[in-house]
Amino acid sequence: MADTADLLKTPLYDLHVELGARMVEFAGYAMPVQYPAGIMAEHLHTRESAGLFDVSHMGQAHITGDEAALEALITADLSVLGAGEQKYTLLLNDEGGIMDDLMVSRPFGADGGIFAVVNAGTKGADFAHMRARFAGRASLTELADRALLALQGPAAAAVFTGLVPEAAKLVFMQCGVFTLDGVEVYASRSGYTGEDGFEISIPADKAVQIARLLLSDERVKPIGLGARDSLRLEAGLCLYGHDMDENRTPVEAALTWAIAKVRRERADFPGAAKILKQIADGPAQKRVGIKPHDKSPAREGAEIVHEGEVVGVVTSGGFGPSFGAPVAMGYVRSDLAKPGTPLELMVRGKARAAEVASLPFAPHRFYRG
Amino acid sequence: MTTRFTKDHEWVRLEGDIAVIGITQYATEQLGDVISVELPDVGKSFKKGDEIAVVDSVKTAAEVYAPVSGEVIEVNDGIEDAPQIVNDEPLAGGWFAKLKIADKGELDGLMDEAAYAKHIG
Repeated sequence: MADTADLLKTPLYDLHVELGARMVEFAGYAMPVQYPAGIMAEHLHTRESAGLFDVSHMGQAHITGDEAALEALITADLSVLGAGEQKYTLLLNDEGGIMDDLMVSRPFGADGGIFAVVNAGTKGADFAHMRARFAGRASLTELADRALLALQGPAAAAVFTGLVPEAAKLVFMQCGVFTLDGVEVYASRSGYTGEDGFEISIPADKAVQIARLLLSDERVKPIGLGARDSLRLEAGLCLYGHDMDENRTPVEAALTWAIAKVRRERADFPGAAKILKQIADGPAQKRVGIKPHDKSPAREGAEIVHEGEVVGVVTSGGFGPSFGAPVAMGYVRSDLAKPGTPLELMVRGKARAAEVASLPFAPHRFYRG
Repeated sequence: MTTRFTKDHEWVRLEGDIAVIGITQYATEQLGDVISVELPDVGKSFKKGDEIAVVDSVKTAAEVYAPVSGEVIEVNDGIEDAPQIVNDEPLAGGWFAKLKIADKGELDGLMDEAAYAKHIG
């Protein structure tokens, strides 16, 4: 086990250890990378039944006041974000680079402000940036006293609505405040696996109680960060700091869909001039799915070669347990972004055949009602 | 028929002049589920410490180093087709390659089972 003594701990740390997790450092936290079942079994269990993930390291915040102050920093149209709705959006720097990807939602009603969930590794920078740019017009309260659990998989809905019948009304990207085992929770029907499921924000001192309750259902098993990564990669979902960062725009990252149409028309998001030009002209490079033909996975950092020339780099790569073969994502020259385009990946000094693949590798199974 | 171990978690077992090599149970536990193995070509010679194979697991890729010098006379094709065998029986059906050993004296520098158990703590 890595030395995790000096790391931050989530409220579920002792439970992870009790469950036999192997703990590793992630974004300054001691987190379970896998339980005794192992990454492969955990991944497959999530796709077949339901997995419980501790994502309490992620940043949660409540934003109130003038929402235009928040909207100016992101790509969403908050005027159409209704009560009980959630949206995936991007926090951009002034050059249009992606500072983070995040979820914004309205679980507290039309006038209850915005609940935001951001990445663990970026939360400090995100919240500092937001507060500085809000300049008093809006206020951000970090909800550091809340844990966050994700319950994902085809059995997640039956498990969760068995405990919270009112949550059955939620469809993909809807949210609300519910009572679970006597505890007030904020739940959204969303996740990071491509499966149906829920993300559940819980007061930190009730997190163990709720986690144990969910795990007491035999359909639910604990899942570590290892399987979380292979699940999201098969689902074609970006990992911040790998598949996108401040040096990539939403257009390059193939996330143009996350820029609301009205925001494009108004050209009022950070870096709009550069990004709108990229939308019109096409970016130099673009994020694509990549299917290696080889049995050996190409990992992050592997060079992508086409006709002897380096045309990009792998940003996520590994084995897809449900896909049954290696899977990857990376950036390639835009003229090579079409599915089926042959590529070569440099793995251990050897060029290995691959091709551009459509994302996702594992079909999304969100519940849309 | 004693088995010797390297500090990098390979094992080697002498059968006459033939050294059978593989990776240890501890190595497979650290790697997690093995999903592919790249084995050396038969007929190729390796010096002790040369990279002789690569194991990819769900988590990471790891080099396997030749625990002794010698020429590869056979590889275990079975683990290329069904890499899970490496997890299931690393010291038996999960062997990697057989080498015609060049110098049996090289075995003396390797750990016996008790020393290896102490090494992995």
